[in-house]
Amino acid sequence: MIVTEDQIREELLAAIQGNRVMLFMKGTPEMPRCGFSAQTVRCLEAAGAPYAAMDILPDPRIRQVLSAHSGWPTIPQLFVDGELVGGCDIVTELYESGELQQLVAPAA
Amino acid sequence: MALKDQVQDLLQAAFPGGEVSVVDFGGGDHLAAHVRSPQFQGLPLIAQHKLVYAPVQHLIDTGEVHALKIKTEAST
Repeated sequence: MIVTEDQIREELLAAIQGNRVMLFMKGTPEMPRCGFSAQTVRCLEAAGAPYAAMDILPDPRIRQVLSAHSGWPTIPQLFVDGELVGGCDIVTELYESGELQQLVAPAA
Repeated sequence: MALKDQVQDLLQAAFPGGEVSVVDFGGGDHLAAHVRSPQFQGLPLIAQHKLVYAPVQHLIDTGEVHALKIKTEAST
């Protein structure tokens, strides 16, 4: 099946809009393929909130379309409520300050 | 010129009056940048980090820089 860039964009936007906490990463939470993605998963797991994750590695266009949308050059990218929160450094910093736990906590 | 020094020069130029230090934490293409600048005042982290990415974006796009760890600090 041939997938177009528009279809990739639609799928990415649906994932961002359909999941309150959405992580784009290299690999999967169970098997991360990059240390920065692994570190971000660890922070999210420790924050204890449900999240969805998408592996960007299967098609190089996923990353291109995602970065064009978010204005963020690297992977991982964490979105909460449809907004880009940041990559590994920001997520780690927010986790250490306790802000991540509040940010990803399910809305009461 | 080492990639680390190239990134150091680009960031120094982008943050005049700021303090920039770039270190290599693996293989020459895993870099960490610490930038202290008054430009960060009042900006959320995401905006601060985007300011740091901007001048070195082209090196990330080409894959020359594999990873750029960023730590920003707002100085007064």
